[in-house]
Amino acid sequence: MEYEAVIGLEIHVELLTESKMFCDSTTRFGEEPNTQVCPVCLGMPGTLPVINKKAIEQTVKTGLALNCDIALFSQFHRKNYFYPDMPKNYQISQYDLPLASGGYVEVEMEEEGYTTTVGITRVHLEEDTGKLVHVGGAGRIAGAEYSLVDFNRAGVPLMEIVTEPDMRIPVEAKAFAQKLRAIIQSLGVSDVSMEKGSMRLDVNCSVRPKGVEEFGVKTEIKNLNSFRSLERGLAYEIKRQIEAVEAGEEIVQETRHWDETTGRTSTLRTKEYAHDYRYFPDPDLVPMELDPAWIEEITSTLPELPDERRRRFMEEYGLPSHDATLLTATKASADFYEEAVSLGANAKNVSNWMIVELASYLNAENLEIDECAVTPRHIAELVKMIDAGTISGKIAKDIFGEMFETGKLPSIIVEERGLIQISDESEIAAIVEAVIEENPKSVEDYRGGKQQALGFLVGQVMRLTKGRANPALVNKLLKEKLS
Amino acid sequence: MTLYNQTIAELHKKLVAREVSSEEITRDVLERVKDVEQELKAYLTLTEEAALAAARTVDAKIAAGEKIGPLAGIPVAVKDVMSTKGVRTTCASKILENYVPVYTATAVKKLLGDGAVMIGKTNMDEFAMGSSTENSGFNPTMNPWDIERVPGGSSGGSAAAVAAGEAIYALGSDTGGSIRQPAALCGVVGMKPTYGLVSRYGLVAFASSLDQIGPFTKDVTDCAIVLKALVGHDPADSTSLEYEAEEYVEALQRDVKGMRFGVPKEFMEEGVEPGVKQRFEEAIELFAKLGVEVDETTLPHVDYALSAYYIIAPAEASSNLARFDGVRYGLRVEGEDMIDTYMKTRAAGFGDEVKRRIMLGTYALSAGYYEAYYGQAQKVRTLVAQDFEEAFKKFDGIISPTSPTVAFKIGEKVADPLAMYLSDIFTIPVNLGGFPGISVPCGLSDGLPVGLQIIGPTFGEGIILNAAYAFEQALGFKERPSL
Repeated sequence: MEYEAVIGLEIHVELLTESKMFCDSTTRFGEEPNTQVCPVCLGMPGTLPVINKKAIEQTVKTGLALNCDIALFSQFHRKNYFYPDMPKNYQISQYDLPLASGGYVEVEMEEEGYTTTVGITRVHLEEDTGKLVHVGGAGRIAGAEYSLVDFNRAGVPLMEIVTEPDMRIPVEAKAFAQKLRAIIQSLGVSDVSMEKGSMRLDVNCSVRPKGVEEFGVKTEIKNLNSFRSLERGLAYEIKRQIEAVEAGEEIVQETRHWDETTGRTSTLRTKEYAHDYRYFPDPDLVPMELDPAWIEEITSTLPELPDERRRRFMEEYGLPSHDATLLTATKASADFYEEAVSLGANAKNVSNWMIVELASYLNAENLEIDECAVTPRHIAELVKMIDAGTISGKIAKDIFGEMFETGKLPSIIVEERGLIQISDESEIAAIVEAVIEENPKSVEDYRGGKQQALGFLVGQVMRLTKGRANPALVNKLLKEKLS
Repeated sequence: MTLYNQTIAELHKKLVAREVSSEEITRDVLERVKDVEQELKAYLTLTEEAALAAARTVDAKIAAGEKIGPLAGIPVAVKDVMSTKGVRTTCASKILENYVPVYTATAVKKLLGDGAVMIGKTNMDEFAMGSSTENSGFNPTMNPWDIERVPGGSSGGSAAAVAAGEAIYALGSDTGGSIRQPAALCGVVGMKPTYGLVSRYGLVAFASSLDQIGPFTKDVTDCAIVLKALVGHDPADSTSLEYEAEEYVEALQRDVKGMRFGVPKEFMEEGVEPGVKQRFEEAIELFAKLGVEVDETTLPHVDYALSAYYIIAPAEASSNLARFDGVRYGLRVEGEDMIDTYMKTRAAGFGDEVKRRIMLGTYALSAGYYEAYYGQAQKVRTLVAQDFEEAFKKFDGIISPTSPTVAFKIGEKVADPLAMYLSDIFTIPVNLGGFPGISVPCGLSDGLPVGLQIIGPTFGEGIILNAAYAFEQALGFKERPSL
């Protein structure tokens, strides 16, 4: 029997506000433990929360960018459970009245050649928890000798985005998550870094026989710390569930933990241990009534979103859909591209060098585009030098590694290594003649109709000029001399 | 000259006229504390040194010819449920026995900013849960009128302190009657302002949607003076209202002739003690003499108020008190692991009544019970509030006995929580609607004080102070405890 997976995502995003969600402590990252705190975010007796308007604005922005309806009446609830990283032993969150709901995101599956729509169930706001460090034992709370707690992150605004179960294969989930990241980047409301934990993914997944409407029993996968682990974890879990179903086993509704090193998921807790969070409206906060005019104002100031930018790239720069999708996959890459083009380089050529050469170097080094030494100026210069015939594409490829490594401009590398292209006809003609003389067999072959022989002769010229000869000129001259 | 038995208004005059110094007043009050504290146990913490220092600061200002406010240099007692920087704040609970806050509650800060002299922190029912101060985790407080009887509660320490002259006035908090009932039982004036009129920031929460800070004073004039100092919007409390404080002292002088008060017939059907009933009936007659019309009215849903209150208040409390877990401050009893530490800490730190209410509240919010209990209670709350609103269309205010009985014997009701809960039958409905209420002495029954409660509409503090003042002047109640 053929099976299909049903996948839904819950994404937590830490917002980029100056102060925390309910107090004026700063949100600075990477400071000494328990220095970005105040009586409110430490849950000292008698303290009260006050809503951070900026966080509401950023969530409304996100809701609008995800095509959601914005709730004019919304409320914060208390989610009650005991955990030492939570100062109040309840988290202020949203329950039945989230800020935004009922949206969607269109995801281009570029390699697969289709577009899929992922529904957004809701976008709500809550406060982040602190961080626990377990000392001794296996690094988990159970068995630890003691635990330390850092409340610097406690109370940082955390936006939760919940999707409909609209994805069917792991790569769709990955593409959606990447698209979501690009949208949030374009809004500038979070740095959406999986590495720093400002973007966290939880996945719900079930399987069912193809053609069946009803959902299977789902599991939730936690600890997916990269887009790669999202795809891998899902692939593993889907396979595991299908095998279980085929073996006649029941899928247990549970939370599973993804282990990146073993490449497996394992049971974290089953439904019997699920918390009863005893949600109720937080009596310390009054319900939020948003002014439609304010929402209007936010709507009118929304920046260009990835979808619009992608369309514009196709129209303005004449790029194919494939290029436009890849370039707008992150805000940084789209910005990079436009800057390079603005420096006067050919739009399509910049795209080619970015999505082929630069992308492969970034991949190999596991770097983001804004983390490497190559800047738009490097790419623009490189492309312009090729287009002007100063260097060949082959030379450009040769020097890319050094450019990537050292951040030296291509013009400097070319000069240092004496790689400027030879476009002087007489200089090349002399070498061409020498090559013809030294390779009578190939000359004979070519004249006898073997086209490949020309390639060999071109190669010889290039070898002798260390690749610096203008290939078009070499071709032209060889053909002239041999005809 | 005894100073401790005088009012704020009288002492202020003497201070301004330089007849006495604040230090003399403070020393006189501290002397009085020494004399009677052994028998009353109204205080949990005395801040003698800080009090004398504050007094001397005010004296220096007076000596320098600076103008001082009405509360400057006057000794005040603060219920130990309000956060005071550097002064331990226990909420009369073992779990906070050694907790010293790092910040001061807004209401206390306002008074201190006005030059108030804090004598100490007063005893109460643990976390303000109770009607007799017998639920204090440390010791009961005795009623100055009869030391075998309770002072009422939960603000029993503050009420007893003012009645006995251990402070010129005091602050209490009222969630279901915790200012008005002890004021009645101790023969002083006590007021619960409109919900949101006085900041709750720094008031350790019992039931956030019901809690309100208010004054205990010897007479109505002082009540108006203190209220004026407490009122004001606080950006740190989202439930605090934007409302300009009235000139409450001026409001006292308005003519009450033509005012109309309603007596809810439902209240008189309750088990009101004959002595209390008699004083109340005389009060109605006295109002008539003042030209105030008193008629029967109805609050059809008020019979359900107590039940609704005992769902809502414990529900909020169960969440509010979750933060007392031994992790960050207060008592910690080390257990085998985290959960065990939580359980041992809370088992040792909380008293029976607090545990009872946490369990009640946790149950009421649990999945599957929420609608039947918490949801239903909120509906009842709305209906009770509407009943009052309806009555206020016909009447300027509503009057009733503050409590159905006079002060009862220590130990009399401890074994019967339901009998204890009935002490607040006339005060609880007021909190459900967020209305202001005042208790003013209304004579004695068998040598023990009886209180008259006057309830006003939202922001009706001026009205009820006006009526209470006229009543106080007409009654001429001058008795003081013999202690």
